[in-house]
Amino acid sequence: MLSDNLKAKFDQVIARYPVKRSAIVPLLLFAQDEIGYITDEAIEEIARRVEVRPIEVVEDIGYYSMLHRQPVGKYNFQVCTNVSCQLLGGEEILDHCSKRLGIGHKQTTPDGVFSLEEVECLGACCGAPAMQVNYDFYENLTPARIDRLIEEFKANGKA
Amino acid sequence: MADATATVNLTIDGKPVAVPTGTLLIEAAKQVGSEVPSFCYYPGLALQGACRMCLVSIEKMPKLQTACTTIVSNGMVVNTQHPEAVNGRKAMLEFLLTNHPLDCPVCDKGGECELQDAVFRYGAAETRFIETKQHQDELKFSSLVYYDRPRCILCYRCIRVCDEGMDVNAYGIGFRGSHSEIIPNHGEHLECEECGMCVDICPVGALTSGTYRYKTRPWELTYTGTICNHCGDGCKTTLSVRNNEIIRANNRDHSGFNGEFLCAKGRFGWDFVNSERRLTAPLVRHNGKQEASSWEDALDLTTARLQDVLEKHGPGSVAVIGSNRTTNEENYLLQRLARTILKTNHVDHHRTGDFSTLVSSLSEAGASDRYASMEDVARASSVLLIGNDPTQQHPLLAYQIRQAVRQNNARLYVVNRSEVKLALRQAAVFAKVGVGEEAAAVRELAGDGGSAEITTLRDKIAKESDTVVIFGDEIQGEAVRELVRWGLGLPGHTRFIALGDYANSRGAADMGVLPGSLPGYQPVGSSEWRSRYEAVWEMPLAAQPGRNLREIFDAIESGAIQALLVVGSNPVKTFQLPRELLGRLSLLVVAELFPTETTEFADVVLPAATFAEKAGTVTNTCGQAQAIKKTMRKAGTRSDFEIIVALARGLGHSWPYRSSEDVLREIITHVPGYAIALPSLLVGRAVMTRPQGAPPALERPDLVFSSHDTLFTSGTVSRFSWALNSVDEAKRPHGHIF
Amino acid sequence: MSDYQSYMKGSPLEVKVISGRFHLPNSTSIDVFLAHDGYKGLQKALQMGPDAVINEVKNSQLRGRGGAGFNTGLKWSFVPKNIDKPKYVVCNADESEPATCKDRPLMEYDPHQLIEGIVIAGYAIGAHQGYIFIRGEYRYLMEILDRALAEAYSRGYLGKNILGSGFDFDLATHTGAGAYECGEETALLNSLEGLRGYPRVKPPFPAVVGVYGCPTIINNVETLACVPHIILKGAEWYAGLGTPKNGGTRLFCLSGHINRPGVYELPMGFPLRRMIEEVGGGIPGGKNLKSVIPGGSSCPLLTADEIDVPMDFDSLAKIGSMLGSGGVVMIDEDTCMVKVAQRIMKFYAHESCGWCIPCREGTTWLKALLDRFHGGGGSMGDPDTALDISYNILGKSLCPLGDAAAMPTISIVKKFRNEFDEHVRLGECPFESRPVAA
Ligand SMILES: Cc1cc2nc3c(=O)[nH]c(=O)nc-3n(C[C@H](O)[C@H](O)[C@H](O)COP(=O)(O)O)c2cc1C
Ligand code: SF4
Ligand code: FES
Repeated sequence: MLSDNLKAKFDQVIARYPVKRSAIVPLLLFAQDEIGYITDEAIEEIARRVEVRPIEVVEDIGYYSMLHRQPVGKYNFQVCTNVSCQLLGGEEILDHCSKRLGIGHKQTTPDGVFSLEEVECLGACCGAPAMQVNYDFYENLTPARIDRLIEEFKANGKA
Repeated sequence: MADATATVNLTIDGKPVAVPTGTLLIEAAKQVGSEVPSFCYYPGLALQGACRMCLVSIEKMPKLQTACTTIVSNGMVVNTQHPEAVNGRKAMLEFLLTNHPLDCPVCDKGGECELQDAVFRYGAAETRFIETKQHQDELKFSSLVYYDRPRCILCYRCIRVCDEGMDVNAYGIGFRGSHSEIIPNHGEHLECEECGMCVDICPVGALTSGTYRYKTRPWELTYTGTICNHCGDGCKTTLSVRNNEIIRANNRDHSGFNGEFLCAKGRFGWDFVNSERRLTAPLVRHNGKQEASSWEDALDLTTARLQDVLEKHGPGSVAVIGSNRTTNEENYLLQRLARTILKTNHVDHHRTGDFSTLVSSLSEAGASDRYASMEDVARASSVLLIGNDPTQQHPLLAYQIRQAVRQNNARLYVVNRSEVKLALRQAAVFAKVGVGEEAAAVRELAGDGGSAEITTLRDKIAKESDTVVIFGDEIQGEAVRELVRWGLGLPGHTRFIALGDYANSRGAADMGVLPGSLPGYQPVGSSEWRSRYEAVWEMPLAAQPGRNLREIFDAIESGAIQALLVVGSNPVKTFQLPRELLGRLSLLVVAELFPTETTEFADVVLPAATFAEKAGTVTNTCGQAQAIKKTMRKAGTRSDFEIIVALARGLGHSWPYRSSEDVLREIITHVPGYAIALPSLLVGRAVMTRPQGAPPALERPDLVFSSHDTLFTSGTVSRFSWALNSVDEAKRPHGHIF
Repeated sequence: MSDYQSYMKGSPLEVKVISGRFHLPNSTSIDVFLAHDGYKGLQKALQMGPDAVINEVKNSQLRGRGGAGFNTGLKWSFVPKNIDKPKYVVCNADESEPATCKDRPLMEYDPHQLIEGIVIAGYAIGAHQGYIFIRGEYRYLMEILDRALAEAYSRGYLGKNILGSGFDFDLATHTGAGAYECGEETALLNSLEGLRGYPRVKPPFPAVVGVYGCPTIINNVETLACVPHIILKGAEWYAGLGTPKNGGTRLFCLSGHINRPGVYELPMGFPLRRMIEEVGGGIPGGKNLKSVIPGGSSCPLLTADEIDVPMDFDSLAKIGSMLGSGGVVMIDEDTCMVKVAQRIMKFYAHESCGWCIPCREGTTWLKALLDRFHGGGGSMGDPDTALDISYNILGKSLCPLGDAAAMPTISIVKKFRNEFDEHVRLGECPFESRPVAA
């Protein structure tokens, strides 16, 4: 069941466009932010509200790489390995995360606290190597910094 | 011939050519005989510019251009064979093959694959691709449609034909980049009209047919163009046969008014022909039990027993029920047999649309040129649809209406008791009426007043011209007269279509399988017309109109009718007859394809041939006559033509017909409205008939009723179609909108 | 959030026009903005009239900062004047070109500057609605912009009858959800309409048939941020800051092997060598420079001896590369160029929308080939095959993403062929990967 907040947000976003379907991608992202991933229910609800067939919503989900149909960890490590980051050790950062978290690309820890993803350029090239945890940027990364972050998140994650 | 202002002059491959403004370069190229290859381009469907196969070089343009998206302009100088363009094509093909499995030897499409052909013509022999291909297992979208992703070249034709042609919108695209794939609308599953247009239009073996896959190689088949035997629309279809078995049906040559269109029944529903449950030997009742017998014995018995009944009970003691699917020639002969040799006008059939009243009212108005054809519908600027649900009952008609709306912005006006799909999706005005109030609505349209919708509809149609008026069984008798009177008063050249259920419903009426009408809707009461046909048939005809179906049943009840001959019809089921009724007959003879509720009671059952096993003509619901061709033979069966002629001979009359074509000639010379050009018929054209006549008015409205078949049912025969019964949609409630 | 220092290290050589307010405390608030010439450009524009605004921008020689470098005023002038359809302004804040991170500070530190530019653009072409298309990853920037939009509405710089001029303009943010291709203007329009981000066939161009089938101009964040200054200080002044036909300044993002990575505002035509040595402080560890990506990963790479070039659109075009999006990446001598090519192609294969064959299949093939090659499984024929594949994509794809994938590959294979041959000779990569800076 979608929260009233979310429903209110849906109405407000849809109102921005002369054509309702324009709201599909924002709505999907907002739904995912709240639920953690995109559920069948969300698809039906969004399709209904913007007056398209569910398959048109499914088509968008497949296209946009930030949208997923499976739950991800409370903390989703999205490590950039594109050129600028790669040159400064982006791949080593990714490997380090993988070792410390014991998971690989697009995997989630059994306790559901962490997920790991190798992503394309995040627009943090001058702060390379960089990553995003959910929507927050972490830049000028080092393995030591990663270790500290993981500890912090573990603490919050359990709580 | 477009006028100078509307044409553009350009040069393609050194040849000057003039084409209408707005022409696409890829089409213009065809005119000078330069073939530009393409996968995603498909005439009539939205432009994609995706496959890049149509790259050509145009002077003064920095890079190669796609001919499928370039609109010609004056003075353009195009080279379709420029080395760069040729290399471009080669490159695209090499790209396509990188992830395309080279399993052509076991691929259904092998031999008729557009990719295979393109590689043969423009491609490189060897590929430099040595990386590993992305494999993916084949998916079953439905029992009739399978998808093989690695073979898919993503031309998006299936998506477009489903959206733009069918308005079903069952397909989408999943994922992105090289992982992109075609996805069905319900998870793993396709929920749609199962028309199979996607399978047909797929240039490669990505979408395959559940009935055809892995069965054969295209070059092992023999192809025969004929007419679908299901609904009354009369789609042209090509049956592909291998050793006396139909393997598939499609219409790739786009011949006929349906172009490439076929619905689920047309594309897959022919398989009843191959059913093991076909009757293949005559059955004769011996002390209560039906037993197989030889044709000779069965026919001798039949004629002998008919003789007795006639001797014991005299004229009028025999009745005949005809078919909605047998050919015009067979219907013509059947009523001749009844009226002459069997000395009875008690001949009728299950009337699914009120053709008689349409014919008489147009004739009275001297407007017998106002029958609309299937082509007229697609070209119409305005269509009025009263009753019926064409999406379910007349798939091609629905397709034509959608074409009219999509391609020439035609306005569709709908009067219906329920929210049929056309009303919801294409209608400019939808006047919903109560159950059974369609006739009242017509009266309101023709007069004044009525609901708000009816009023708007009346006003809007008054501003249209050349409206095509289409009506279902909800409109009959007086309501038809009313509708025609009003319609003819509308601006322009109004034309009409009465809808009837099956492949030859119209022909059965046209050929006089009716108690009161001789062929061509001429009243048996008319001495002039009687004497005309007496001259042709060399036997006297009774002036007294016969009993209609309902009256025939009453007469069987009362014992007035002792013998009944049923050809290609299942009255017990259709009319829900009480079991004991037919038991009262002293003789019941049934010519049928399958054991049915009616054959159960028969004293003699004669195994008949299907539409695929005989030649002749059928007339669609619009009145367009078309030829069906003999595609194969079924051991043990005989065509109704042969059966009727044999019965006549058995009863002492040897008719002069060697083939149904001889009968057709007689029809052409003697039946009003059927003076059609035999040659054009034989080359596969649809020829419009224009019956004129004054058949007796309908005594009882309940004589005309549609069976309201769905996309997946077709009277009795669909019960014997694996394909039609295999799809989930068939189990859904009727009228379900996809 | 990102921390100010790591981006804005600053350099005495900078000429601050659009980054002028970045350092101000609380720079995102409308009051700070108004206290530093905020919305003055808009006021002036509303007096000038639409045509004058378009001409001013045209004469300023402002060229698109999104990558294509098309004259902005000229693009605006293509919008049909008397047409009864609504018109739209779309700000391209999809910033996804690898090595590019300059729109980010523009929105993070000076959102009102962008809003002002967009309103002026809307006024110039007669639009009453605008959208800012922000890449999904920039959620925090959307929040900053939404706050700024609310402020602008409350102060009458957006909405009905702006500053009593009778001109109405509404502006809203729109989030993407992870797709580089949606930065391409026509794919962006489809995405904005709720469709998959597939490019459209051109012509018609967006200026004539854009979003919802209506005339639409699409401009990059940085481009629009320049507009208020041009209106306020004049075309001549702005043009004078740069080189002929390349007006004004530009945000350059120095990244990769450089001592002082960061975003610097420098005049158009600023010499690349000085950018590296004086602004960026040279290559770390005193190493030698091997190659430079001059404007995002879509541009042909330069060798170390091609860096004596003024950084403007035409000069880079002259030496067969592009100024692109302003993402300048320094690559040192210890870097494997095959690996660079491989990583770049991994990106394009991942981001190809999949609509047209050459891009979809070509990038996938190149990626597979380069993976194998860098992994040690290469053969002498592979580099030529890679070149061939690239040329078969080049100029044949529906949108420029195909070209963007082909061009860097071609330049790397051609300019660093010896490194490819080394891989084959050794059967492995001659460079071991660089240790992470501790
Ligand atoms: C594949 C591809 C990605 C692009 N990504 C962006 C982008 O992220 N941001 C941007 O402003 N322009 C991007 N562009 C350029 C836009 O298509 C368009 O030219 C630009 O937004 C126009 O604005 P401008 O004239 O102000 O530069 C991209 C182009 C292509 C072909
Ligand atoms: S529409 Fe009617 S005639 Fe045409 S294929 Fe379907 S069932 Fe056969
Ligand atoms: S036919 Fe022109 S791109 Fe496919």
